[in-house]
Amino acid sequence: MMLAAIEFAYWQTTIFKLILALVVVLGAAGPSVYIYLFKMVSFMQSRLGPMEAGPYGSMQLLAEVGKSAQKEDIVPERADRFVFKAAPYVVLISTFLLALVVPFGPDAVFVDLDVGIFFALAVSSISVIGILMAGWASASKYSLLGGLRAAGQLIAYELPLVLAVVGVVIQAGSLNMQKIVDAQIQGEIFGQSVIGNPFILTQIIGFFIFMIAVQAELTQVPFDMPIAESELVSGYMTEYSGFRFLMFFIGEFATANIFAFMASVLFLGGWGVPQSLMDAIPGLATEIGVDGNIIYSNAFNVIGPIIMLAKMFALTFIIYWVRFTFPRFREDQLQKFAWKVLIPLALVNIAITGVLKVVF
Amino acid sequence: MPSAADTSADSEPVKDEAREALLESIVGDLGSVVVETRLDPGHDLWVRVARESWAAVAEYFHEEQRCRYFDWLSVMDWKQSPFGRSMDSEVENQLNTEPEEEAAESDYTETGADGYAGGETRFQIMARVSSLSTGLGVNLKADLPDDDLTIDTWINSYPGANWHEREAFEMFGVSFNGHPKMQNLYLPTDFEGFPLRKDYPLVARMVKPWPGIVDVEPMPEVEEPAKETPLGATTSNPQDGGVQ
Amino acid sequence: MTAINDRRQLAYAAAQATDARVNIELEAEGMTLNIGPQHPATHGTLRIIVRLDGEQVIEADPVMGYMHRGYEKLTEVRTYPQVTTLINRIDWVSSFANEVPFILAAEKLMEVEAPPRAQWIRTILFELGRIANVSMFLGDMGVQLGAVTPMFYALRDREFILNQIEAATGGRFHPNFDRIGGLKDDLPAGWIEDTRLALDKMEYFCQQVEDLVIGNEIFEQRTRGIGIIPADVGLSYGLSGANIRASGVDWDLRRDNPVGLAWDQVDWRVWTHPDGDSFARYWVRLQEVRESCHIVRQLLDGLPSGPIMAKVPRVVKVPEGEAYVACENPLGQMGYYLVSQGGLTPFRVKVRTASFSNMSITPWLLKGTYVADVITILASLYFILGDLDR
Repeated sequence: MMLAAIEFAYWQTTIFKLILALVVVLGAAGPSVYIYLFKMVSFMQSRLGPMEAGPYGSMQLLAEVGKSAQKEDIVPERADRFVFKAAPYVVLISTFLLALVVPFGPDAVFVDLDVGIFFALAVSSISVIGILMAGWASASKYSLLGGLRAAGQLIAYELPLVLAVVGVVIQAGSLNMQKIVDAQIQGEIFGQSVIGNPFILTQIIGFFIFMIAVQAELTQVPFDMPIAESELVSGYMTEYSGFRFLMFFIGEFATANIFAFMASVLFLGGWGVPQSLMDAIPGLATEIGVDGNIIYSNAFNVIGPIIMLAKMFALTFIIYWVRFTFPRFREDQLQKFAWKVLIPLALVNIAITGVLKVVF
Repeated sequence: MPSAADTSADSEPVKDEAREALLESIVGDLGSVVVETRLDPGHDLWVRVARESWAAVAEYFHEEQRCRYFDWLSVMDWKQSPFGRSMDSEVENQLNTEPEEEAAESDYTETGADGYAGGETRFQIMARVSSLSTGLGVNLKADLPDDDLTIDTWINSYPGANWHEREAFEMFGVSFNGHPKMQNLYLPTDFEGFPLRKDYPLVARMVKPWPGIVDVEPMPEVEEPAKETPLGATTSNPQDGGVQ
Repeated sequence: MTAINDRRQLAYAAAQATDARVNIELEAEGMTLNIGPQHPATHGTLRIIVRLDGEQVIEADPVMGYMHRGYEKLTEVRTYPQVTTLINRIDWVSSFANEVPFILAAEKLMEVEAPPRAQWIRTILFELGRIANVSMFLGDMGVQLGAVTPMFYALRDREFILNQIEAATGGRFHPNFDRIGGLKDDLPAGWIEDTRLALDKMEYFCQQVEDLVIGNEIFEQRTRGIGIIPADVGLSYGLSGANIRASGVDWDLRRDNPVGLAWDQVDWRVWTHPDGDSFARYWVRLQEVRESCHIVRQLLDGLPSGPIMAKVPRVVKVPEGEAYVACENPLGQMGYYLVSQGGLTPFRVKVRTASFSNMSITPWLLKGTYVADVITILASLYFILGDLDR
């Protein structure tokens, strides 16, 4: 590990990782909110978006954060105060836990778990608890309806999310996210290893199911019934104000980024470039370690995050593009879509992948 | 008011066979229920019916005349407003030449309601239904005696009358027999009075008199008011302009 | 695209709605939810008390009057020219269309007729108002269903129409341009050409909406078979305008009773849709905007010359009498029952607004639907709160 190589004490690496996690989660969320939510969407809707705060409105997000931080933290009278106040933290914790296992380079990963993807899918459901807490504790009927909708929806879309990943796991032969990246860098398609084997090519069905399920997990249009501003005012967030509202907001957009990171690891080859390209460029050559492991060039700890960021922005573009184009489903239509379309499709995908895995 | 078009109305008394036939069939079918009618050739048809058979008339128009379209329902208050038009400005008073006599003349207590198809009482209920096949509408009226402002509901024939009847109830105090929810529609539940009755004052005008027509040049028909006449609160008086 | 291809499917949806309407009465007591008075879906201050069983509506009871301004009382103390200023505010999105029926009713009693040029310009402004109004609906329906983008397109392109209305009348929203016997002014120079350009923009907008919204699978799922109004029920509730035409009733006052306006002199058609659901209402309105553009183009081409004002005395006194004139406003049929006793002010004005009758069907229609469909249905019925509360 690179960090270990420089011989930091354990507490130092921990603090270092903590700061880095904040940077990854919040630092990526800021630009993507500005680029996509403020600007791209504005251009799609034939308007300019924020223009006043900073050059070309680039400081708008800071202004929004400042505004929200100043606002009074209102708790409804009948609300369950503790649960009400804790709910946004639970949502945000889920986001940070997700970020832990995402590899940004051969060594640039917070925790290199062997069950990385399994862990990620498990902790992503924590946000459901936070949303349910918010919906129930607000003591508002709109919030309650929103919270219940969210619970139903997130549980329904956990399944296709997991099943879409299963195909990737079968192909890579590992739950470790680094190994999944490895498999894509080293892989070959029909004997051709020029572009490696990004699983988007072989797992295209899985990729679409994953992205749709992510859209639902994020409660973004067309699956934003829990928020549904024209029906439920703002769903489970209705009663929140000031900084707590901002935390939900950050949680939503940061999670979008993390899921995009995960999708790029699972389907787009993560931080790596194809092995053929590594061989062609002198500084990036790989070595085989003593125990047979592939050791990538240290340069990837710098290039990797940049590649990941590029892929993340490409995927979040799709997420926001869909968000601002489609109308929303109705709750029962959403459930039907999950159980009758996505899950059978994912199962078929798994079966095909399994058969092909055995055959080849 | 000189009406230049009187002659043109006389010159073409044709065309309205459709409405005449409709009127004939209505009178023929309903018989004594019809109290009075009025036909305005080329324009419209008014039928005043007996109050007791108001619901039956609706049933008849819905079923027999195929007037499936319910247009509206409301109430007329034929009393002259005791408050006039609440326009106290000098210009208004000069424009309004004979306000007092006019009011006395057409008071319903003297002559009955003087609208089309007549009437004997202060309150009249009015409704309009149309037939889409012929494109003709009929205005229906019925008198409501002062001591018993109730009438049968139309909901059974025209469900759309529901809200119109609630509005009539709160605005005029007319109650409808058989209506499932005789509550205020627009007004708060504890509102007192019936705002569209003529004897209900328009309070805004009581509090602050209407300045009248202040923003136009003097009318050619009337003599220009003397310069020193105060025209009202909002008139731009050069002396208000603040020399100080 | 124009109708659900499988008629049995639609009949099934209608039967399901009927079942839900009956069965929901038998359910246990539910949760009462106040939608409004301040709620995004009611675009204004309408309050709907719904009793819910889960997400299904047991009973819906609209409560209105938060914006009741009492026009019928206020008109009684205003002179005829003042009344038009006031009634502009009834349906504030297409104000000019509010003035026309009242002016026509007064003209009918006074037995004056506006000169042809005034009638044509009235029709043009009327139709421009319709375009401005209904394009708002086309965008707003998207917002209610969660797609915000069409709204911005609508606001963008409606601006061109509003500019034309402003150029002609001086007011973007409240022109107060119609006079008894004609119009206040003639059209400004170059207006006709500019209007043609604005219509180009609007036709492009209609195409965009068709691509973005009508062709969207999710939009179809959300609106097809939702809020089905059978024709006879709609008629008995007094529904009018696109709401009733979407139920297959071929009835348009512009064609069937073109009082004093120039619709009968141009070539156009009335659009209907057999389904009667929310999708049909959206589709019919979209076609009507296109048809309005078509009408205005023809009117601009054939605009007659001549005076714009008939001979009317300065002080308007309307002779004794009663008249009812209704016009096909953007929202539906709007009429004024005008009673005059020969004075400077009307004796009584009964304002028959479209939204009032259109919305009176909601207690019946919302029963047994889901919360999400409540929003769809309210949006597709399309009411303007000023028109509902008067």
